[in-house]
Amino acid sequence: MMAIRNFISLNRKKSKGGVVIERKKEHEFPADLMTKCPECKKIYLTKELENNLKVCPNCDHHYKLTAWERVNYFLDKGTFESLDDHIKTSNPLNFPAYVEKVEVDVAKTGLNEAVLTGVGLLKGERVVVAIMDSHFRMGSMGSVVGEKITRAIEKATELQIPFIIFTASGGARMQEGVISLMQMAKTSVALKRHSDQGLLFISIMTHPTTGGVSASFASLGDINIAEPKALIGFAGRRVIEQTVREKLPDDFQTAEFLLAHGQLDAIFHRKDMKEKIATIVKLHRKGGVSNV
Amino acid sequence: MSKSMAFEEPVIKLREKIDELKDIASKAEVDMSDEIQTLETRLKQLENKIYANMEPWDRVQVARHPERPTTMDYIKEIFTDFVEFHGDRYFGDDEAIIGGIACFDGEPITIIGHQRGKTTKENIRRNFGMPHPEGYRKALRLMKQAEKFNRPILCFIDTKGAYPGKAAEERGQSEAIAKNLFEMAGLKVPVISIVIGEGGSGGALALGVANRIFMLENSTYSVISPEGAASILWKDASLAKQAAEAMKITAQDLKGMGIIDGIIPEISGGAHRNVIAQALAIKECLLEELTKLRLLSTTELIDDRYNKFRVIGEFVEL
Repeated sequence: MMAIRNFISLNRKKSKGGVVIERKKEHEFPADLMTKCPECKKIYLTKELENNLKVCPNCDHHYKLTAWERVNYFLDKGTFESLDDHIKTSNPLNFPAYVEKVEVDVAKTGLNEAVLTGVGLLKGERVVVAIMDSHFRMGSMGSVVGEKITRAIEKATELQIPFIIFTASGGARMQEGVISLMQMAKTSVALKRHSDQGLLFISIMTHPTTGGVSASFASLGDINIAEPKALIGFAGRRVIEQTVREKLPDDFQTAEFLLAHGQLDAIFHRKDMKEKIATIVKLHRKGGVSNV
Repeated sequence: MSKSMAFEEPVIKLREKIDELKDIASKAEVDMSDEIQTLETRLKQLENKIYANMEPWDRVQVARHPERPTTMDYIKEIFTDFVEFHGDRYFGDDEAIIGGIACFDGEPITIIGHQRGKTTKENIRRNFGMPHPEGYRKALRLMKQAEKFNRPILCFIDTKGAYPGKAAEERGQSEAIAKNLFEMAGLKVPVISIVIGEGGSGGALALGVANRIFMLENSTYSVISPEGAASILWKDASLAKQAAEAMKITAQDLKGMGIIDGIIPEISGGAHRNVIAQALAIKECLLEELTKLRLLSTTELIDDRYNKFRVIGEFVEL
């Protein structure tokens, strides 16, 4: 961890002056060599960004992560074993081109659906994790997402270990209709069983966590955490604006807004996430915490 | 019939003609009974044809009919000694959800339901049946109360959805709904939910984690309104009629997918045509199901609810 911190500060120093790209030379670089922060518009080396856990070294903007990036940042190296990669999406309502669209994202992300689940070690503590990936159909929840999360929870119950989820989802998957809606209930009944065994569930909401995902497992953690500035909410901003016809504050439905309204336990910066969640897990270890 | 729906126009027109003819006949003192008889037979046939072949969009219209019976209408007809309880004990009393205790078949029961208004004034008070977090928290409070006193719970589902508003977000709309799903999973008493109108998304599901789920024949249950689905999927809200079909939201669709346990038949033309008869049909269903559920132990009830939702989902497992 210290090594990474040194690296981060090193990178920060490097970026202080900013990076100037000369227009003429631009085409000579590989396209992904440089990255422009969508928030502060500062341009820096993509490598520098990656070394900083994909957080803008200038403005702290937390970029969206793929599920595998999250595994690498969060769990102990080489300990993650994925579950249920073999389940495939079907087309219960016969929506035109639905499975084809899903297949495109399978190819794009290398995941079978919008969530990656598995067992791994978090600073030596065995945990079950589910990591949603908003690059896959906006992280929306259909049957496979609901099933994979439910099986992951059941696995944690069976192994008597904590369950940790990173949510990133636009909500229920429209193309599976009411079956998607019912995944909210399915995951919730599984969480109730896990909870009744006295087991720990930590929900970490990342950008964006909305709709049916927000209104089910994402909000059900014994401890609910969020990444800075993450958009979290039940109804979409546009829908609310149309309904209430009033201007909403700029920070509406951000993690900070939720924290101020008592809806979150804490906001953790990505660079602290592993350390702080590991501490929480250790403080819930059955049989004492003397050797933390 | 003050408010008619587009698909039943032919029936309404014919009925008006018959009434007109009867009026003329009585004034002119001529015997038109044969002609009237013929027309009435035709009306019956037409009614059968139209009401027996309703499209999903027609059912949406019936489910949204302004005179469609509400939770309170059914409570009055089905139960005795209803006492309404208010408030979530944290923030306020959300009149978009009502709840309380009553007597059913000689036993106490807890009843909770979304409550729409019948008039504009009442609708404003009840927020058109779209709850805020305090509504869901009131519902959960009454469920836990029912559990303590070991009485079954009946939920009437009838909402376009949880209210999308600033205050609702500030007070944790998501958390309130999620908590209900979670806590309903563990209730130690029988829970029955009946969709009586629109079952709109998470706002409906928050009263729907039950041992048995029934839908009135012309009710709907969906992840999003047909208008919302049309605007998201095809960027055109006017395609709601097509979306109503594609999204599979009718009682028949949900029964076919194995999500609900049964359909309670409606009075021909819709529940609003005869509240008393409709209430009786609900009462019969309730009597039968409650008798069965009362035989289950606490563990069996919880396992039954778990298994019910655990199996929902369609996917390919290689």
